[in-house]
Amino acid sequence: MLIATLTISVLPLCIGLGLLIESIPLLQKYHFWRLISHTAWSPMEGKFGMLSFIAGTLWVTGLSMCMAVPVSLLAAIYITQYAKPWLMGIIHPIMDILAGIPSVVYGVGGVLIIVPWISEKLAPAMGYSSSGYCILAGGIILAVMSIPYILHLQIEIFRTVPVELKEVSLSLGASYWETIKYVLLKQTRKGIIASIGLGISKSLGETIAVLMVVGNVPQIPANVFQGAYPLPALLANNYGEMMSIPLYLAALMFAGLLLFLIICLCNSISTWIIYNMHQV
Amino acid sequence: MIIILQKGIHAMSWEMISETPGGGFYFGKEGGILNAIIGSIYLSIGATVLSILISVPVALYLNIHLLHHKRIVTGIRFLLDILWGIPSILFGVFGFVLMIIFHLQASLLAGIITLGIMITPIIIRAFDEALKGIPEGLLEVSYALGLSRRQIAFEIFIRQAMPGLITAILVGFGRALGDAASVLFTTGFTDHIPTSLYDPTASLPLAIFFQLSSPIAEVRERAYAAAFILTIIILLISLTIRICTSRSSRYKI
Repeated sequence: MLIATLTISVLPLCIGLGLLIESIPLLQKYHFWRLISHTAWSPMEGKFGMLSFIAGTLWVTGLSMCMAVPVSLLAAIYITQYAKPWLMGIIHPIMDILAGIPSVVYGVGGVLIIVPWISEKLAPAMGYSSSGYCILAGGIILAVMSIPYILHLQIEIFRTVPVELKEVSLSLGASYWETIKYVLLKQTRKGIIASIGLGISKSLGETIAVLMVVGNVPQIPANVFQGAYPLPALLANNYGEMMSIPLYLAALMFAGLLLFLIICLCNSISTWIIYNMHQV
Repeated sequence: MIIILQKGIHAMSWEMISETPGGGFYFGKEGGILNAIIGSIYLSIGATVLSILISVPVALYLNIHLLHHKRIVTGIRFLLDILWGIPSILFGVFGFVLMIIFHLQASLLAGIITLGIMITPIIIRAFDEALKGIPEGLLEVSYALGLSRRQIAFEIFIRQAMPGLITAILVGFGRALGDAASVLFTTGFTDHIPTSLYDPTASLPLAIFFQLSSPIAEVRERAYAAAFILTIIILLISLTIRICTSRSSRYKI
Protein backbone atom coordinates (compact mmCIF):
# COMPACT_ATOMS: atom_id res chain seq x y z
CA MET A 1 0.00 0.00 0.00
CA LEU A 2 2.85 2.35 0.81
CA ILE A 3 4.51 1.63 -2.51
CA ALA A 4 1.34 2.34 -4.43
CA THR A 5 0.86 5.60 -2.57
CA LEU A 6 4.40 6.68 -3.29
CA THR A 7 4.02 5.79 -6.96
CA ILE A 8 0.96 7.96 -7.29
CA SER A 9 2.57 10.81 -5.40
CA VAL A 10 5.54 11.07 -7.72
CA LEU A 11 3.47 10.67 -10.87
CA PRO A 12 3.04 14.40 -11.62
CA LEU A 13 6.76 14.83 -11.23
CA CYS A 14 7.36 11.90 -13.58
CA ILE A 15 5.12 13.37 -16.25
CA GLY A 16 6.80 16.75 -16.09
CA LEU A 17 10.24 15.19 -16.05
CA GLY A 18 9.49 12.86 -18.93
CA LEU A 19 8.27 15.73 -21.08
CA LEU A 20 11.27 17.83 -20.10
CA ILE A 21 13.74 15.09 -20.97
CA GLU A 22 12.21 14.57 -24.36
CA SER A 23 12.19 18.28 -25.15
CA ILE A 24 15.80 18.90 -24.12
CA PRO A 25 17.21 18.61 -27.68
CA LEU A 26 15.06 21.53 -28.75
CA LEU A 27 15.84 23.61 -25.70
CA GLN A 28 19.55 23.11 -26.28
CA LYS A 29 19.29 24.50 -29.77
CA TYR A 30 16.95 27.42 -29.25
CA HIS A 31 16.40 29.79 -26.41
CA PHE A 32 13.21 29.33 -24.38
CA TRP A 33 11.91 32.83 -25.07
CA ARG A 34 12.64 32.56 -28.76
CA LEU A 35 10.51 29.46 -28.91
CA ILE A 36 7.48 30.94 -27.28
CA SER A 37 7.63 34.41 -28.81
CA HIS A 38 7.90 33.57 -32.51
CA THR A 39 5.06 32.69 -34.81
CA ALA A 40 6.90 30.91 -37.62
CA TRP A 41 5.97 27.25 -37.62
CA SER A 42 7.50 25.06 -40.26
CA PRO A 43 9.14 21.96 -38.86
CA MET A 44 10.67 21.12 -42.24
CA GLU A 45 12.82 24.23 -42.08
CA GLY A 46 13.49 23.90 -38.41
CA LYS A 47 11.30 26.78 -37.31
CA PHE A 48 9.44 26.10 -34.12
CA GLY A 49 7.64 29.24 -33.04
CA MET A 50 4.93 28.46 -30.54
CA LEU A 51 3.29 31.85 -30.26
CA SER A 52 0.40 31.23 -32.62
CA PHE A 53 -0.49 28.03 -30.82
CA ILE A 54 -0.32 29.70 -27.46
CA ALA A 55 -2.47 32.53 -28.79
CA GLY A 56 -4.98 30.04 -30.17
CA THR A 57 -5.18 28.25 -26.85
CA LEU A 58 -5.67 31.48 -24.95
CA TRP A 59 -8.31 32.76 -27.37
CA VAL A 60 -10.39 29.63 -27.21
CA THR A 61 -10.09 29.33 -23.46
CA GLY A 62 -10.84 32.98 -22.83
CA LEU A 63 -13.82 32.92 -25.11
CA SER A 64 -15.26 29.82 -23.49
CA MET A 65 -14.81 31.29 -20.04
CA CYS A 66 -16.54 34.51 -21.12
CA MET A 67 -19.56 32.41 -21.97
CA ALA A 68 -19.43 29.78 -19.26
CA VAL A 69 -18.77 31.92 -16.20
CA PRO A 70 -21.81 34.24 -16.31
CA VAL A 71 -24.13 31.40 -17.21
CA SER A 72 -22.96 29.07 -14.48
CA LEU A 73 -22.72 31.82 -11.87
CA LEU A 74 -26.27 32.98 -12.46
CA ALA A 75 -27.49 29.41 -12.61
CA ALA A 76 -25.76 28.60 -9.34
CA ILE A 77 -27.27 31.64 -7.66
CA TYR A 78 -30.70 30.73 -8.92
CA ILE A 79 -30.46 27.10 -7.91
CA THR A 80 -29.15 27.72 -4.44
CA GLN A 81 -31.06 30.88 -3.54
CA TYR A 82 -34.31 31.05 -5.41
CA ALA A 83 -35.30 27.65 -6.72
CA LYS A 84 -37.29 25.01 -4.93
CA PRO A 85 -35.34 22.04 -3.57
CA TRP A 86 -36.69 19.58 -6.11
CA LEU A 87 -34.93 21.45 -8.90
CA MET A 88 -31.66 20.42 -7.31
CA GLY A 89 -32.70 16.80 -7.65
CA ILE A 90 -33.14 17.28 -11.37
CA ILE A 91 -30.05 19.37 -11.93
CA HIS A 92 -27.63 16.96 -10.26
CA PRO A 93 -28.18 13.94 -12.52
CA ILE A 94 -28.20 16.21 -15.56
CA MET A 95 -24.86 17.66 -14.58
CA ASP A 96 -23.45 14.20 -13.95
CA ILE A 97 -24.54 13.03 -17.35
CA LEU A 98 -23.24 16.16 -19.05
CA ALA A 99 -19.90 15.75 -17.35
CA GLY A 100 -19.80 12.11 -18.34
CA ILE A 101 -20.46 12.51 -22.05
CA PRO A 102 -17.21 11.90 -23.92
CA SER A 103 -15.62 14.87 -25.60
CA VAL A 104 -15.79 13.21 -29.01
CA VAL A 105 -19.55 13.29 -28.78
CA TYR A 106 -19.45 16.98 -27.95
CA GLY A 107 -17.24 17.43 -30.97
CA VAL A 108 -19.73 15.61 -33.17
CA GLY A 109 -22.49 17.79 -31.79
CA GLY A 110 -20.44 20.86 -32.52
CA VAL A 111 -19.79 19.82 -36.11
CA LEU A 112 -23.46 19.02 -36.57
CA ILE A 113 -25.04 22.05 -34.96
CA ILE A 114 -22.72 24.88 -34.11
CA VAL A 115 -20.47 24.95 -37.16
CA PRO A 116 -23.30 25.23 -39.72
CA TRP A 117 -25.07 27.73 -37.50
CA ILE A 118 -22.03 29.98 -37.40
CA SER A 119 -21.18 29.74 -41.06
CA GLU A 120 -24.75 30.20 -42.32
CA LYS A 121 -26.40 32.48 -39.80
CA LEU A 122 -24.13 34.19 -37.33
CA ALA A 123 -21.10 35.13 -39.40
CA PRO A 124 -23.06 36.67 -42.32
CA ALA A 125 -25.26 38.51 -39.85
CA MET A 126 -22.18 40.05 -38.28
CA GLY A 127 -20.67 40.91 -41.63
CA TYR A 128 -17.92 38.31 -41.74
CA SER A 129 -17.51 35.31 -43.93
CA SER A 130 -16.50 32.17 -42.17
CA SER A 131 -16.36 28.45 -42.78
CA GLY A 132 -17.79 27.92 -39.34
CA TYR A 133 -14.67 26.12 -38.18
CA CYS A 134 -13.45 28.90 -35.95
CA ILE A 135 -12.52 29.79 -32.41
CA LEU A 136 -16.06 30.86 -31.68
CA ALA A 137 -17.28 27.33 -32.30
CA GLY A 138 -14.47 25.98 -30.15
CA GLY A 139 -15.34 28.45 -27.43
CA ILE A 140 -19.01 27.54 -27.43
CA ILE A 141 -18.27 23.83 -27.20
CA LEU A 142 -15.75 24.33 -24.44
CA ALA A 143 -18.22 26.50 -22.57
CA VAL A 144 -20.84 23.78 -22.76
CA MET A 145 -18.32 21.20 -21.64
CA SER A 146 -16.97 23.15 -18.71
CA ILE A 147 -20.27 24.49 -17.37
CA PRO A 148 -21.14 21.28 -15.46
CA TYR A 149 -17.82 21.36 -13.61
CA ILE A 150 -17.97 25.05 -12.77
CA LEU A 151 -21.63 24.90 -11.82
CA HIS A 152 -21.11 21.91 -9.57
CA LEU A 153 -18.32 23.62 -7.69
CA GLN A 154 -20.16 26.90 -7.38
CA ILE A 155 -23.25 25.24 -5.98
CA GLU A 156 -21.07 23.56 -3.36
CA ILE A 157 -19.47 26.87 -2.54
CA PHE A 158 -22.72 28.78 -2.19
CA ARG A 159 -23.95 26.12 0.17
CA THR A 160 -21.07 26.72 2.57
CA VAL A 161 -22.29 30.26 3.25
CA PRO A 162 -24.02 30.25 6.63
CA VAL A 163 -27.71 31.11 6.61
CA GLU A 164 -27.27 33.55 9.49
CA LEU A 165 -25.23 35.80 7.31
CA LYS A 166 -28.10 36.15 4.89
CA GLU A 167 -30.60 36.61 7.67
CA VAL A 168 -28.57 39.40 9.22
CA SER A 169 -28.29 41.18 5.93
CA LEU A 170 -31.99 40.82 5.22
CA SER A 171 -32.92 42.05 8.67
CA LEU A 172 -30.82 45.15 8.10
CA GLY A 173 -33.18 46.03 5.31
CA ALA A 174 -31.26 44.90 2.27
CA SER A 175 -33.34 43.48 -0.53
CA TYR A 176 -32.82 39.87 -1.51
CA TRP A 177 -30.84 40.75 -4.60
CA GLU A 178 -28.71 43.22 -2.65
CA THR A 179 -27.98 40.51 -0.15
CA ILE A 180 -26.82 38.21 -2.88
CA LYS A 181 -24.78 40.89 -4.58
CA TYR A 182 -23.02 42.39 -1.60
CA VAL A 183 -22.96 39.59 0.95
CA LEU A 184 -23.11 36.28 -0.82
CA LEU A 185 -20.83 37.10 -3.72
CA LYS A 186 -18.35 38.85 -1.47
CA GLN A 187 -18.25 35.93 0.89
CA THR A 188 -17.70 33.39 -1.86
CA ARG A 189 -15.38 35.49 -4.01
CA LYS A 190 -12.38 33.22 -3.55
CA GLY A 191 -14.38 30.13 -4.27
CA ILE A 192 -15.75 31.58 -7.46
CA ILE A 193 -12.25 32.45 -8.60
CA ALA A 194 -11.18 28.91 -7.81
CA SER A 195 -14.04 27.41 -9.78
CA ILE A 196 -13.15 29.58 -12.75
CA GLY A 197 -9.57 28.44 -12.41
CA LEU A 198 -10.62 24.81 -12.56
CA GLY A 199 -12.80 25.59 -15.55
CA ILE A 200 -9.87 27.25 -17.26
CA SER A 201 -7.57 24.31 -16.72
CA LYS A 202 -10.29 22.00 -17.93
CA SER A 203 -10.80 23.89 -21.13
CA LEU A 204 -7.12 24.56 -21.72
CA GLY A 205 -6.47 20.89 -22.02
CA GLU A 206 -9.55 19.78 -23.85
CA THR A 207 -8.40 18.23 -27.06
CA ILE A 208 -10.62 16.29 -29.33
CA ALA A 209 -13.78 18.36 -29.21
CA VAL A 210 -11.90 21.56 -29.89
CA LEU A 211 -9.72 19.99 -32.53
CA MET A 212 -12.78 18.98 -34.46
CA VAL A 213 -14.29 22.45 -34.72
CA VAL A 214 -11.54 24.98 -34.40
CA GLY A 215 -10.16 24.84 -37.91
CA ASN A 216 -6.50 24.16 -37.13
CA VAL A 217 -4.87 27.09 -38.90
CA PRO A 218 -1.55 28.10 -37.34
CA GLN A 219 -2.11 31.84 -37.09
CA ILE A 220 -2.86 34.45 -34.49
CA PRO A 221 -6.58 34.98 -34.93
CA ALA A 222 -7.76 38.56 -35.38
CA ASN A 223 -11.45 38.00 -34.74
CA VAL A 224 -13.59 35.22 -33.39
CA PHE A 225 -14.61 33.97 -36.81
CA GLN A 226 -11.12 32.91 -37.78
CA GLY A 227 -9.61 29.53 -37.24
CA ALA A 228 -6.89 28.90 -34.73
CA TYR A 229 -4.69 26.05 -33.62
CA PRO A 230 -4.55 25.36 -29.87
CA LEU A 231 -1.69 23.47 -28.28
CA PRO A 232 -3.57 20.24 -27.52
CA ALA A 233 -4.77 20.08 -31.10
CA LEU A 234 -1.21 20.52 -32.27
CA LEU A 235 -0.16 17.58 -30.16
CA ALA A 236 -3.00 15.38 -31.30
CA ASN A 237 -2.74 16.18 -34.98
CA ASN A 238 0.92 15.57 -35.51
CA TYR A 239 1.57 12.40 -33.60
CA GLY A 240 1.85 10.44 -36.83
CA GLU A 241 4.64 12.32 -38.50
CA MET A 242 6.67 13.46 -35.57
CA MET A 243 9.28 10.74 -35.78
CA SER A 244 10.30 11.61 -39.31
CA ILE A 245 11.64 15.16 -38.98
CA PRO A 246 14.55 16.05 -36.69
CA LEU A 247 13.61 17.95 -33.56
CA TYR A 248 9.91 17.66 -34.38
CA LEU A 249 9.35 15.21 -31.57
CA ALA A 250 11.20 17.47 -29.18
CA ALA A 251 9.13 20.44 -30.31
CA LEU A 252 5.87 18.60 -29.69
CA MET A 253 7.10 17.44 -26.32
CA PHE A 254 7.99 21.03 -25.59
CA ALA A 255 4.45 22.04 -26.47
CA GLY A 256 3.23 19.36 -24.10
CA LEU A 257 5.54 20.66 -21.41
CA LEU A 258 4.20 24.20 -21.84
CA LEU A 259 0.66 22.96 -21.55
CA PHE A 260 1.53 20.87 -18.53
CA LEU A 261 3.13 23.79 -16.73
CA ILE A 262 0.26 26.20 -17.45
CA ILE A 263 -2.37 23.71 -16.37
CA CYS A 264 -0.53 22.62 -13.26
CA LEU A 265 -0.17 26.25 -12.24
CA CYS A 266 -3.86 27.03 -12.80
CA ASN A 267 -4.90 23.85 -11.12
CA SER A 268 -2.74 24.15 -8.05
CA ILE A 269 -3.79 27.74 -7.43
CA SER A 270 -7.48 26.97 -7.61
CA THR A 271 -7.20 23.68 -5.71
CA TRP A 272 -5.21 25.48 -3.05
CA ILE A 273 -7.89 28.14 -2.68
CA ILE A 274 -10.57 25.48 -2.37
CA TYR A 275 -8.62 23.56 0.26
CA ASN A 276 -8.11 26.67 2.33
CA MET A 277 -11.78 27.51 2.08
CA HIS A 278 -12.81 24.21 3.57
CA GLN A 279 -10.51 24.65 6.53
CA VAL A 280 -12.17 27.90 7.59
CA MET B 1 -28.31 19.12 -24.59
CA ILE B 2 -30.77 16.55 -25.66
CA ILE B 3 -30.41 18.09 -29.12
CA ILE B 4 -27.04 16.36 -29.52
CA LEU B 5 -28.65 13.07 -28.68
CA GLN B 6 -31.51 13.67 -31.03
CA LYS B 7 -29.13 14.44 -33.86
CA GLY B 8 -27.44 11.17 -33.05
CA ILE B 9 -30.72 9.27 -33.24
CA HIS B 10 -31.51 11.03 -36.48
CA ALA B 11 -28.28 9.79 -38.04
CA MET B 12 -28.67 6.35 -36.58
CA SER B 13 -29.87 4.49 -39.61
CA TRP B 14 -27.36 1.66 -39.52
CA GLU B 15 -28.65 -1.15 -37.43
CA MET B 16 -25.83 -3.26 -38.82
CA ILE B 17 -23.16 -1.30 -37.10
CA SER B 18 -22.74 -3.35 -34.02
CA GLU B 19 -22.63 -6.61 -35.94
CA THR B 20 -19.99 -6.79 -38.63
CA PRO B 21 -16.39 -5.67 -38.32
CA GLY B 22 -14.88 -3.60 -41.06
CA GLY B 23 -13.95 -4.36 -44.63
CA GLY B 24 -12.93 -1.54 -46.94
CA PHE B 25 -15.18 0.57 -44.95
CA TYR B 26 -13.52 3.92 -44.64
CA PHE B 27 -14.49 4.52 -48.25
CA GLY B 28 -18.17 4.01 -47.57
CA LYS B 29 -18.31 0.29 -48.16
CA GLU B 30 -20.06 -2.10 -45.89
CA GLY B 31 -18.83 -3.01 -42.49
CA GLY B 32 -19.29 -2.07 -38.89
CA ILE B 33 -17.46 -0.74 -35.94
CA LEU B 34 -17.51 -3.88 -33.86
CA ASN B 35 -13.72 -3.82 -33.79
CA ALA B 36 -13.82 -0.38 -32.23
CA ILE B 37 -16.47 -1.33 -29.70
CA ILE B 38 -14.61 -4.47 -28.65
CA GLY B 39 -11.31 -2.60 -28.64
CA SER B 40 -12.76 0.12 -26.47
CA ILE B 41 -14.13 -2.40 -24.03
CA TYR B 42 -10.83 -4.30 -23.86
CA LEU B 43 -8.98 -1.06 -23.29
CA SER B 44 -11.21 0.26 -20.59
CA ILE B 45 -11.56 -3.02 -18.75
CA GLY B 46 -7.81 -3.48 -18.79
CA ALA B 47 -7.24 0.06 -17.64
CA THR B 48 -9.83 -0.23 -14.90
CA VAL B 49 -8.36 -3.48 -13.57
CA LEU B 50 -4.87 -2.00 -13.64
CA SER B 51 -5.95 1.10 -11.86
CA ILE B 52 -7.98 -0.76 -9.24
CA LEU B 53 -4.77 -2.60 -8.36
CA ILE B 54 -3.10 0.73 -7.67
CA SER B 55 -5.89 2.86 -6.40
CA VAL B 56 -7.63 0.65 -3.85
CA PRO B 57 -4.49 0.20 -1.74
CA VAL B 58 -3.71 3.90 -2.00
CA ALA B 59 -7.12 5.00 -0.84
CA LEU B 60 -7.12 2.48 2.00
CA TYR B 61 -3.64 3.54 3.02
CA LEU B 62 -4.72 7.17 3.11
CA ASN B 63 -7.66 6.42 5.33
CA ILE B 64 -6.24 3.83 7.70
CA HIS B 65 -2.50 4.15 8.06
CA LEU B 66 -2.25 7.87 7.56
CA LEU B 67 -5.37 8.72 9.52
CA HIS B 68 -3.43 10.68 12.10
CA HIS B 69 -1.04 12.39 9.72
CA LYS B 70 -3.45 14.98 8.41
CA ARG B 71 -0.78 17.02 6.65
CA ILE B 72 0.45 14.13 4.53
CA VAL B 73 -3.07 13.09 3.63
CA THR B 74 -4.00 16.61 2.61
CA GLY B 75 -0.82 16.85 0.58
CA ILE B 76 -1.53 13.64 -1.28
CA ARG B 77 -5.13 14.62 -1.89
CA PHE B 78 -3.91 17.94 -3.23
CA LEU B 79 -1.56 16.15 -5.62
CA LEU B 80 -4.34 13.83 -6.70
CA ASP B 81 -6.61 16.76 -7.41
CA ILE B 82 -3.94 18.31 -9.57
CA LEU B 83 -3.46 15.00 -11.39
CA TRP B 84 -7.20 14.80 -11.84
CA GLY B 85 -7.13 18.12 -13.63
CA ILE B 86 -4.36 17.24 -16.06
CA PRO B 87 -5.92 16.78 -19.49
CA SER B 88 -5.94 13.40 -21.12
CA ILE B 89 -3.79 14.50 -24.02
CA LEU B 90 -0.89 15.02 -21.64
CA PHE B 91 -1.35 11.54 -20.29
CA GLY B 92 -1.31 10.40 -23.89
CA VAL B 93 1.96 12.20 -24.48
CA PHE B 94 3.36 10.81 -21.28
CA GLY B 95 2.36 7.32 -22.34
CA PHE B 96 4.12 7.99 -25.60
CA VAL B 97 7.27 9.05 -23.77
CA LEU B 98 7.09 5.82 -21.76
CA MET B 99 6.72 3.91 -25.01
CA ILE B 100 9.85 5.52 -26.38
CA ILE B 101 11.78 4.81 -23.22
CA PHE B 102 10.73 1.17 -23.01
CA HIS B 103 10.75 0.62 -26.79
CA LEU B 104 7.16 -0.51 -26.94
CA GLN B 105 5.03 -0.65 -30.05
CA ALA B 106 1.72 1.14 -30.25
CA SER B 107 -0.39 -1.59 -28.72
CA LEU B 108 -3.24 -2.57 -26.48
CA LEU B 109 -0.80 -2.83 -23.60
CA ALA B 110 0.47 0.73 -23.99
CA GLY B 111 -3.07 2.01 -24.25
CA ILE B 112 -4.10 0.15 -21.12
CA ILE B 113 -1.17 1.55 -19.19
CA THR B 114 -1.87 5.10 -20.32
CA LEU B 115 -5.56 4.92 -19.58
CA GLY B 116 -4.85 3.21 -16.29
CA ILE B 117 -2.59 6.02 -15.19
CA MET B 118 -5.18 8.50 -16.31
CA ILE B 119 -8.13 7.11 -14.40
CA THR B 120 -6.23 6.15 -11.26
CA PRO B 121 -6.50 9.57 -9.62
CA ILE B 122 -10.20 9.68 -10.45
CA ILE B 123 -10.86 6.30 -8.86
CA ILE B 124 -8.73 7.07 -5.81
CA ARG B 125 -10.49 10.34 -5.14
CA ALA B 126 -13.94 8.89 -5.56
CA PHE B 127 -13.16 5.86 -3.36
CA ASP B 128 -11.45 8.13 -0.89
CA GLU B 129 -14.60 10.20 -0.50
CA ALA B 130 -16.52 7.01 0.27
CA LEU B 131 -13.95 5.89 2.83
CA LYS B 132 -13.99 9.28 4.51
CA GLY B 133 -17.58 8.69 5.46
CA ILE B 134 -16.76 5.65 7.58
CA PRO B 135 -17.00 6.50 11.27
CA GLU B 136 -13.73 6.44 13.17
CA GLY B 137 -15.27 4.29 15.86
CA LEU B 138 -15.25 1.34 13.48
CA LEU B 139 -11.48 1.53 13.17
CA GLU B 140 -11.06 1.67 16.94
CA VAL B 141 -13.39 -1.26 17.51
CA SER B 142 -11.50 -3.32 14.96
CA TYR B 143 -8.21 -2.53 16.65
CA ALA B 144 -9.73 -3.47 19.97
CA LEU B 145 -10.75 -6.82 18.56
CA GLY B 146 -7.14 -7.44 17.64
CA LEU B 147 -7.30 -7.22 13.88
CA SER B 148 -4.24 -6.21 11.93
CA ARG B 149 -4.28 -3.14 9.75
CA ARG B 150 -4.34 -5.23 6.62
CA GLN B 151 -7.34 -7.19 7.81
CA ILE B 152 -9.12 -3.98 8.73
CA ALA B 153 -8.39 -2.52 5.35
CA PHE B 154 -9.30 -5.41 3.13
CA GLU B 155 -11.99 -7.12 5.13
CA ILE B 156 -13.85 -4.36 6.87
CA PHE B 157 -13.28 -1.05 5.21
CA ILE B 158 -13.66 -2.33 1.67
CA ARG B 159 -16.93 -3.93 2.61
CA GLN B 160 -18.12 -0.76 4.24
CA ALA B 161 -17.24 1.38 1.29
CA MET B 162 -18.39 -1.11 -1.35
CA PRO B 163 -21.03 1.14 -2.93
CA GLY B 164 -18.51 3.94 -3.12
CA LEU B 165 -15.95 1.60 -4.64
CA ILE B 166 -18.34 0.36 -7.29
CA THR B 167 -19.30 3.92 -8.15
CA ALA B 168 -15.67 4.92 -8.34
CA ILE B 169 -14.85 2.01 -10.61
CA LEU B 170 -17.75 2.75 -12.91
CA VAL B 171 -16.85 6.42 -13.08
CA GLY B 172 -13.31 5.48 -14.02
CA PHE B 173 -14.56 2.93 -16.52
CA GLY B 174 -16.79 5.49 -18.20
CA ARG B 175 -13.96 7.95 -18.34
CA ALA B 176 -11.67 5.39 -19.92
CA LEU B 177 -14.31 4.41 -22.43
CA GLY B 178 -14.98 7.91 -23.59
CA ASP B 179 -11.50 9.23 -23.77
CA ALA B 180 -9.94 9.69 -27.16
CA ALA B 181 -7.00 11.98 -26.73
CA SER B 182 -4.92 9.77 -24.50
CA VAL B 183 -5.22 6.66 -26.65
CA LEU B 184 -4.52 8.58 -29.81
CA PHE B 185 -0.79 8.20 -29.36
CA THR B 186 -0.57 4.86 -27.74
CA THR B 187 -2.88 2.28 -29.22
CA GLY B 188 -2.61 2.75 -32.93
CA PHE B 189 -5.60 1.88 -35.05
CA THR B 190 -6.66 -1.26 -36.84
CA ASP B 191 -9.61 -2.88 -38.49
CA HIS B 192 -9.26 -6.13 -36.59
CA ILE B 193 -10.27 -7.23 -33.16
CA PRO B 194 -7.06 -7.48 -31.15
CA THR B 195 -6.00 -10.97 -30.18
CA SER B 196 -3.03 -10.28 -27.93
CA LEU B 197 -1.75 -7.54 -25.70
CA TYR B 198 0.76 -6.42 -28.29
CA ASP B 199 -1.71 -5.83 -31.11
CA PRO B 200 -2.75 -2.33 -32.05
CA THR B 201 -6.31 -1.64 -31.06
CA ALA B 202 -9.16 0.44 -32.35
CA SER B 203 -11.30 2.40 -29.96
CA LEU B 204 -14.73 3.89 -30.31
CA PRO B 205 -13.90 7.57 -29.77
CA LEU B 206 -11.07 7.35 -32.26
CA ALA B 207 -13.29 5.58 -34.76
CA ILE B 208 -15.77 8.44 -34.49
CA PHE B 209 -13.02 10.95 -34.84
CA PHE B 210 -11.49 9.36 -37.93
CA GLN B 211 -14.82 8.78 -39.61
CA LEU B 212 -15.90 12.33 -39.06
CA SER B 213 -12.82 13.69 -40.78
CA SER B 214 -13.60 11.64 -43.87
CA PRO B 215 -14.83 13.54 -46.93
CA ILE B 216 -17.49 10.95 -47.78
CA ALA B 217 -20.93 11.80 -46.44
CA GLU B 218 -21.93 8.21 -45.77
CA VAL B 219 -18.91 7.60 -43.61
CA ARG B 220 -19.65 10.74 -41.66
CA GLU B 221 -23.16 9.55 -41.09
CA ARG B 222 -21.69 6.42 -39.56
CA ALA B 223 -19.67 8.59 -37.23
CA TYR B 224 -22.86 10.13 -35.91
CA ALA B 225 -24.28 6.70 -35.36
CA ALA B 226 -21.11 5.61 -33.60
CA ALA B 227 -21.27 8.69 -31.44
CA PHE B 228 -24.80 7.73 -30.59
CA ILE B 229 -23.72 4.23 -29.57
CA LEU B 230 -20.98 5.66 -27.39
CA THR B 231 -23.40 8.05 -25.74
CA ILE B 232 -25.80 5.23 -25.04
CA ILE B 233 -23.05 3.16 -23.42
CA ILE B 234 -22.00 6.09 -21.26
CA LEU B 235 -25.58 6.80 -20.26
CA LEU B 236 -26.04 3.15 -19.34
CA ILE B 237 -22.98 3.33 -17.16
CA SER B 238 -24.18 6.43 -15.39
CA LEU B 239 -27.55 4.79 -14.88
CA THR B 240 -25.79 1.78 -13.37
CA ILE B 241 -23.92 4.11 -11.05
CA ARG B 242 -27.19 5.56 -9.82
CA ILE B 243 -28.69 2.14 -9.24
CA CYS B 244 -25.56 0.87 -7.52
CA THR B 245 -25.30 3.78 -5.16
CA SER B 246 -28.90 3.51 -4.11
CA ARG B 247 -28.89 -0.25 -3.74
CA SER B 248 -25.64 -1.79 -2.69
CA SER B 249 -25.47 -0.38 0.79
CA ARG B 250 -26.05 -3.77 2.32
CA TYR B 251 -23.10 -3.76 4.68
CA LYS B 252 -23.57 -0.21 5.84
CA ILE B 253 -23.94 0.29 9.55
